[in-house]
Amino acid sequence: MLATKAIMEQGVHVEGINFFTGFCVEGHTHAIRKKDKAKPKRNNSLWVAEQLGIKLHIIDVIEEYKNVLINPQHGYGANLNPCLDCKVFMVQKAQQWIEENDFDFIITGEVIGQRPMSQRKDTMPVIARESGANERLLRPLCAKNLPETLPEKEGWVNREELYDFSGRTRKPQMALAEQFGFTEYAQPAGGCCFLTDKSYSDKLVDLWTARGKKEYELDDVMLLKVGRHLRPKAHFKMIIAREEGENNFLQGYKNMFQTMTTVSHPGPLVLIDGTLSEQDCWLAAQITARYSQGREAEQVEVKMTQQGEEKSFLVTPLSSEEIPKEWHV
Amino acid sequence: MACMNKQFLDARRLLCPMPVIRVQDKIKTMALGDQLEVVCTDPGVMQDIPAWCRINGHQILSANNNAGEFTINIIVGD
Repeated sequence: MLATKAIMEQGVHVEGINFFTGFCVEGHTHAIRKKDKAKPKRNNSLWVAEQLGIKLHIIDVIEEYKNVLINPQHGYGANLNPCLDCKVFMVQKAQQWIEENDFDFIITGEVIGQRPMSQRKDTMPVIARESGANERLLRPLCAKNLPETLPEKEGWVNREELYDFSGRTRKPQMALAEQFGFTEYAQPAGGCCFLTDKSYSDKLVDLWTARGKKEYELDDVMLLKVGRHLRPKAHFKMIIAREEGENNFLQGYKNMFQTMTTVSHPGPLVLIDGTLSEQDCWLAAQITARYSQGREAEQVEVKMTQQGEEKSFLVTPLSSEEIPKEWHV
Repeated sequence: MACMNKQFLDARRLLCPMPVIRVQDKIKTMALGDQLEVVCTDPGVMQDIPAWCRINGHQILSANNNAGEFTINIIVGD
């Protein structure tokens, strides 16, 4: 937002690009949960574009992004966040976009030293080089700490009016925001990607381990964000809705999975991923009963649905002690 | 503005920003003055699709919530 405004102030026409990888944390993902329904549901990139009065192009990169996540040339951060490869990929896509749409250069809001992996003095040239953007990549907020780029050399922008921010502090950015009259702005970088989240990354590793290969589809990515995930045995996992909003969301997937619901008591919808033996079905039914309102009952009736066929199980719910911590993904 | 052609887009079960991306991609194939009706289930579209239309010069004709299904009619602009 600040970098864009700084360049617009110099009379340059700017349009925004927002890449959707599937791992973006947006208000809408949280909106699945009923308890979060009161939170604002705006898309931050759209909101920023509207505040700035610029066009925004949202680009679906889900398929192409798989290679970035699965085979990061520069490795992962603390979790499954391939930040440097991700930045290279996005700048490369932006470079393609500007070539196709007759734009002259790319700007980003990066600041030297702000992030431990992709925004260091030694990695910022890597992004420019490996993306192919080279001198057409300008970082207005820290440009004065970096070598001159093409837009500066050509006089398309005035280097003297750019900035020399560095480090993790956000104080200079906040001061600039105030100067520009921005009283509200989106969450600073780092909290906007599920791959930086340990719990989410653990679920993704579990998915790859169970499948024996590092592959995923968008539905997998979405389902990892929802529900309680339990893997009682290596060959099957249960996704258990935690409340009404998640229940409604999981309903949309019930034809793609085996499902369990409690009949005798109110309870969650459970999706089951894997192939279950008869014994496994009984165990899954006991777990399903555990998370229903019949958890203290002697017997709970659980209905299992698989490819249109229904089976019924009368079970004693497992106690919390009978559900080992290791089952929780 | 005369409506030249009406098209329909099913974006149910998609979470934002996918419905916005589908609308954006569909509108790229349409002409000025055409109408697009999109049906979604993510309530976020009631903010996001109008916001996307405002910044990209398209007009919202109507936006309705019918028992959790959100139907938005858009007139394609410049």
